[in-house]
Amino acid sequence: MSRDLMMDATGNDERLAPTYGAGQHRLKAERESQILEVSIGPQHPSTHGVFRMDVKLDGERVVQLKPVFGYLHRNHEKIAENGSYLAAIPYTDRLDYLCSMTNNWGYTLAVETLAGITVPERAEYIRVIMAELTRFQNHAGLVGFLLQDMGASGTPLMYAFREREKILDLFEAVSGARMMCNYLRFGGVRVDCTPEWMKETRELVGVLPRFVDEFERLLRGNEILMARTQGVGVLPRELAVNAGVTGPMLRATGVNYDIRKVDRYGIYDRFKFRVPLGEHGDVYDRYMMRVLEMRESISILEQALKEIPEGPVQDPKTKLRGLRPKAGEAYGRIESPKGELGFYLISDGTMNPYRYRVRSPCLINLTILEDMCLGQSVADVVVTLGSVDIVMGEVDR
Amino acid sequence: MLGEGIVKGLFETARNFLGSYVDKDRLVTVQYPEERHPLPEAARNFPFLLYDGDDPEAGLRCVSCHICEKECPPRCIYIEKSTDKKPDFVGKPQFYPARFDIDVSVCMSCQICVEVCPFDAIRMDKEFELSTDDRFGGLMWTKKELSKPNEYYQKIHPVEAAETDARRAEDVEKAKAKAAAAAAAKAAEVAKAAEAARADDEGAGKEPSKG
Repeated sequence: MSRDLMMDATGNDERLAPTYGAGQHRLKAERESQILEVSIGPQHPSTHGVFRMDVKLDGERVVQLKPVFGYLHRNHEKIAENGSYLAAIPYTDRLDYLCSMTNNWGYTLAVETLAGITVPERAEYIRVIMAELTRFQNHAGLVGFLLQDMGASGTPLMYAFREREKILDLFEAVSGARMMCNYLRFGGVRVDCTPEWMKETRELVGVLPRFVDEFERLLRGNEILMARTQGVGVLPRELAVNAGVTGPMLRATGVNYDIRKVDRYGIYDRFKFRVPLGEHGDVYDRYMMRVLEMRESISILEQALKEIPEGPVQDPKTKLRGLRPKAGEAYGRIESPKGELGFYLISDGTMNPYRYRVRSPCLINLTILEDMCLGQSVADVVVTLGSVDIVMGEVDR
Repeated sequence: MLGEGIVKGLFETARNFLGSYVDKDRLVTVQYPEERHPLPEAARNFPFLLYDGDDPEAGLRCVSCHICEKECPPRCIYIEKSTDKKPDFVGKPQFYPARFDIDVSVCMSCQICVEVCPFDAIRMDKEFELSTDDRFGGLMWTKKELSKPNEYYQKIHPVEAAETDARRAEDVEKAKAKAAAAAAAKAAEVAKAAEAARADDEGAGKEPSKG
């Protein structure tokens, strides 16, 4: 009789009660609060590369999250230390492979500081134009991928990629490659932009606001987007500052820190632009930071394209091959689309850097992933990771 | 109203979908193997070696100086220097590569070799349909596969090639002028020597009359 009653799990509790022992009750309670360990990645579309998260779940809630990376480690720093100063530039392209131009800039800035190289006026303008185009296409792509992570598979991403493609075509026309540009050199840029290229860029910058408007109409006020992002993955301001988070992630928490304004490297002090700031530090604010920064990038591009002077693009005194800076050290940092990208170089007077170190914004922004995800559901982990904007090439180096 | 944002977004999608029939800006893709976007002139992928004239051996510009081999970031160029010399485009005897291999499975298309070459001998190609079924031998390009005539370079990079050709023509002119000047100097030297000899002869002839 008791056996039949035990099989009937949906039956009357009172009738079942005598057949359950104390042990049975404990087992049931354990089963209900069982901690499940799930490994998300390394090959998963939402992990943006080869990245793994060891997630411990209580039901749907995250109780522990351990980011595991290093799958894409390529020994970047040691390779650069064994090559000449020139040979490291193409390797910096492969750090954050979506933003090769800004990576080049960070490295060349460090070498220029180290060797005391000056950059001609026109080259400075070209650098700003390239950096802002890079920022635009990175942010457009990121918003597309973030929406893709939420389940809007295709549409926003493809619209973003359509615009990104136009910018990559411009990069290809001037540098020869769409993504691995290898365009900036210490002392300037490799080749000059032709007048036709300038004309095409002006035309493109003219139509970019239309794309941002369209993008905003597509997404702003979308109830699903708001439900999935507002109040999700909140990053407290104190934690962001203490963890060294930079870039749009830091500004989404309301901290006014943009290296273009703080350091005024290059010629950024000549342009009028605003730094968008968030308030809540959630995924929605981080998404809005990207959209607003795209608009500011367009404004910088318009100013730079209007003011760009004629002249040389490469300092003729600079020795590209066989550069031997005198012994010393230098740190060059720029506001890459993802945050503070820094290159630390020590020279011992030889042709190779004695020490070469990359301060990667992706890696440091990724370290606080657990703090943002605790207590959230698994689906929110994917969205939060998407809003951090990581590229594994830069995280693992 | 709940759902208003979604409806507004869907209007945008509809605008893009319908617009793709009329607006070229909204439909940017092409059917690849049949249709192709033209490549910009600066496009690059893998390096090749240039030679002048018709003979890839005699006209090869490379003088085997090993600069590209040393500067190549992933070290994918392998050069062996020749033991004998051959005349280059200005007639100066130079070494040439007995072996010049590029491992294209390692090459990362960075163009550093082109930038550092002082002899205009290596340039970037635009050819990108390069699949092979031999993953070792087929990806190790030898001198024979790498050598391409200057006419090919003029075809794929017209502006750059014109600049290079002008510079090289200038070098040839300079070399010719130098050779002519050297010849003239030599002739002058000979004439001077002859003059001196004649003067000596005359002096020698005069001496007895003086005495």
